[in-house]
Amino acid sequence: MSEEKARKVGEVICEQLVDAGKNDSDIVVLTSDSRGSGSLVPFAKELPKQIVEVGIAEQDLVTISAGLAHSGKRPFAVSPAAFLTMRSIEQVKVDVSYSNTNVKLLGISGGNSYSVLGSTHHSLQDLAITRAIPNLEVYMPCDQYQTIGLFKYLVKSDKPAYIRIGKKALSNCYSNPEEAFVKPGKANVLRNGKDVALVAMGETVPEALKAADLLEKEGIKATVIDLVSLKPLDTELLSKISNEFSDIYTIEEHSIYNGIGSAVAEVVATSGSAKLHILGFPDAPAIAGTQDEVFGYYGLDGAGIAQNVEKSIS
Amino acid sequence: MDVEQLEKKAIEMRKATWEMIYRAKTGHTGSDLSCTDILVALYYKVLNQTPETFKSENRDRYVQSKGHAVEILLNVLADRGYFPKDDLLTYSQFKSPYIGHPNNHIKGIEMNTGSLGHGLALSVGIAKAAKMDDKDYHTYVLMGDGEQAEGSVWEAAMAAGNFKLDNLTAIIDHNGLQITGKTKDVMNSEPLKAKYEAFGWNVIEIDGNDMSQLVDAFDMKSVQNKPTLILADTVKGCGVSFAENKAEWHHKVPTEEQYKEALDVFDKELEERK
Repeated sequence: MSEEKARKVGEVICEQLVDAGKNDSDIVVLTSDSRGSGSLVPFAKELPKQIVEVGIAEQDLVTISAGLAHSGKRPFAVSPAAFLTMRSIEQVKVDVSYSNTNVKLLGISGGNSYSVLGSTHHSLQDLAITRAIPNLEVYMPCDQYQTIGLFKYLVKSDKPAYIRIGKKALSNCYSNPEEAFVKPGKANVLRNGKDVALVAMGETVPEALKAADLLEKEGIKATVIDLVSLKPLDTELLSKISNEFSDIYTIEEHSIYNGIGSAVAEVVATSGSAKLHILGFPDAPAIAGTQDEVFGYYGLDGAGIAQNVEKSIS
Repeated sequence: MDVEQLEKKAIEMRKATWEMIYRAKTGHTGSDLSCTDILVALYYKVLNQTPETFKSENRDRYVQSKGHAVEILLNVLADRGYFPKDDLLTYSQFKSPYIGHPNNHIKGIEMNTGSLGHGLALSVGIAKAAKMDDKDYHTYVLMGDGEQAEGSVWEAAMAAGNFKLDNLTAIIDHNGLQITGKTKDVMNSEPLKAKYEAFGWNVIEIDGNDMSQLVDAFDMKSVQNKPTLILADTVKGCGVSFAENKAEWHHKVPTEEQYKEALDVFDKELEERK
C-alpha cells in the first residue's frame, strides 16, 4: 500500500481525461450543470472545445452523448449517479446499450456520498439496474491508482461502461495503477487468510481491509477481495472461493438487493458450498448523517464488518 | 427524380407496405401511410446518402424517432438497394432482424428507436458532432405529433436551439391522431409552431402529403444559427380512403377484403401514371 496521501477520485479522473483529451480530440466530456461537482473545471479550462454543457437535462445528456458517439466521438457523460442511473436509465438502455454506442457514463457523488442531502441524491440502486443491462461494463474504483488504471483502459475502450465514484478523498489500497486495475473482469486478492473471505468494491474496500486487521487481532484470518469490476464479473475467482470458505461476506455501499451481494450470490449458489452474508444498506431510505456515521450505523465500516463476522462464525 | 416520379414512387411504397403488413399480420399501418411521402422525398431526393456511402463520414443522417412507422422505412430502404427486397419476407418472423422497430443491425438504420422522444436528442448529438468537426453533412429526424408529449423532446428542442444547429432538420408528421384518439384531446401539444419558434427554431408549415411542397421545403436554405422544423400536416392512413383520419388504423391490420380493395386502388393509380 502506498503512503501517498488520500485523493479525490474525481480529481484523478479529470487529470486522466485532460491527458487523454489532449492526445485525442474525439474525447469529449458532457455535463449537466455538473462540471464543478464532477471536478471537471480544469478539463473545461484546458479543453474548452471538448466539453459540451447540456444543462440540467439528464435524459438528453445520455442521448446526446449517444449521438456524438455514433458520429465518432468518445463521450464521457458526467452527472450525479442518482440522476444518471434513474432519470436517464431508459436512455442508457436504448441509446447506449441497445444501439451499442461508445458512451462512458460517469456517475459522480454516488452511493451515500451526498449523505445529508437525502434520498433524492443517493444512488443505492444503481448497481442493481446497470448490471442488468446488457453490453454495459460496471466499475467502482476504490483508490487513485485503480482510477488511473481504469481510465487508461476506458479512454481507449470501445465499449459502453458505467463508472460510479464517490465524493470523499480515498486512501490508497494499492501502490500502482497496473496492480490496481489489471483488466475488465479481473478481481484482485488484497490479502490472503484461511478463515473467511470479505468481498468488497469501491469505498468498502478500505473498510474490508480495516476489518481484516481487526479480525486478525481476534485470531481470525480474512481473505480480502476487491472485485474491481462488477460487470464483467470474475466468476472464476468467486467460484473458487465459494468452495474454499464456509463463510463469505460481501460489503457494499448499495441496497442489499441486487447489487454486489446478489452478483456474488449468483456464483456462490450455483458453484459452491459457502454461506454468503450480504452487508449493505437495508430496504429503506438511508438514515441522515455524515457518510462515516452512516457506514457505522449500518455496520459497513471496519469495526461493523469485523463485528458481523465474529458474531456469525462464533 | 422529379415530383411526378416521386409521387409515383410514393404509391409504390404505400402498396409494398400495405402488402407487407397484410402478409405479416402486424404493423403500424396508419402511421406508415401518413409519413410515406416524407420518406420518399428524403430517400429519393434529399438525403446525400446511398447504400454505398452509408458508412461514409460525410453522409447525411436520417433518424426515425417515430420508430413504429418501420414498415415504410424498411420498404424504402429495400427499394433503394440497402438490402434485398426478399429479406422483408421475414418481417416480424422468428430470428428476423426486420422487426417492429428500427434497429441498427439493418443496413441503412443509424440508431435503434422505438421508445418515443429519443430521436431528436440523438440527432442533436449527431449534428453537434458535425459542428465540432467542421463536417458539412446534414441530419434529418422524423417525429410524430403524439410524440411531442415526451419531455425529452423539449430538452432536445432547447439544446438544438441553444447549440444553433442549422445543420439539423426535424420533421413532425403532424397527422393529429394517436392510438387513443385526437392528439389535441389526448394531450394538446399545440401550438407547435409557436413553441418551436420560442425554442429558437425556424419553422416551415406545409402539407406533408403534397410532394411538391415537401420538395420545396427541403430545398429551402437553412436559416443561419437556427435548426429547422418542417411541420408537415398529414393524413393518418393517407392513400387508403377507408383508413384515412381514423385513430383505430394506428396499429390495425387489413382484413382480406380491405386488403384487396386498397390494392386495386393502388394498382389503378399506378396504371394511370404509366
